[in-house]
Amino acid sequence: MPHDDHDHPHALLPPDPALRVKALETILTRKGLIDPAALDEIIDTYENKIGPKNGAQVVARAWSDPGFLEALRADATAAVKDMGFYGRQGEHMVAVENTPEVHNMVVCTLCSCYPWPLLGIPPGWYKSDAYRARAVREPRKVLAEFGVTLPDETAVRVWDSTAEVRYLVIPMRPEGTAGLDRDALAALVSRDSMIGTGLAVAP
Amino acid sequence: MNTRPDPVFEEPWHAQVFALTVHLNESGQLNWSDWAARFGATLKRHGLSKELNGGSDYFAAWLETLEAVLAEAGAAPRHETETMAAAWEQAYLSTPHGQPVKLNSTG
Repeated sequence: MPHDDHDHPHALLPPDPALRVKALETILTRKGLIDPAALDEIIDTYENKIGPKNGAQVVARAWSDPGFLEALRADATAAVKDMGFYGRQGEHMVAVENTPEVHNMVVCTLCSCYPWPLLGIPPGWYKSDAYRARAVREPRKVLAEFGVTLPDETAVRVWDSTAEVRYLVIPMRPEGTAGLDRDALAALVSRDSMIGTGLAVAP
Repeated sequence: MNTRPDPVFEEPWHAQVFALTVHLNESGQLNWSDWAARFGATLKRHGLSKELNGGSDYFAAWLETLEAVLAEAGAAPRHETETMAAAWEQAYLSTPHGQPVKLNSTG
């Protein structure tokens, strides 16, 4: 927002939707239905504390700890909760593993359901009509736009998230990473690789 | 469709309306499945006339849905929201640049 006009006679007027949001906040606060401090805390959490680094730790552990991988397959929600990742929009999480045979990709055709405790807030493109409509219809084309080209023999499976079930893609572990510890492995795991629109990168 | 990292929220009001909705859900005033269904329906309706982007279009649909839900519940009737938004607009217009904007206590 431009803010360089110091001769402006009055405070910079926010756009109409911002005024409407402020109106809702004021009304609900005055009625005692919301706590404004709680709103600040929620924003701070998603802007600064929760993001794809959480999911990357889960993936790195799944790659290096067979017992954890089994637990993740059996009950992903419980397995990641043990690592401290739980809460809003993470009540029922499912991990889907990429293999040479199957590449998994996640979308929400309804709105933008997403595993917040593991990946934070979804990126703009995940919420766009372009992605939401095309991920199901032409996944290989969408993947190509993300720079991902899969061998013909790899099937693409698209998972449609809902308000009840959220998916985390476990990308394939890159070649040449045998000696890496878990933190080094986690650094190879991008947000997009856990949505299925990217791959984990070799170091 | 690009893949560069985006800020979590493009505009402050996107963050505010998001947090407001999450807070209403957590305080037991909004069921998330119902919310997702209503919001999805708004997105679908808006998407008939144009291809929605995942930023301002997306949050415009979000705000419209939340206003409708809160009006139906009686928590924030339409006329109250209109009046309050106008009061905020007036507060901005009557506050000298650089001063904190405060709502007139009768607003």
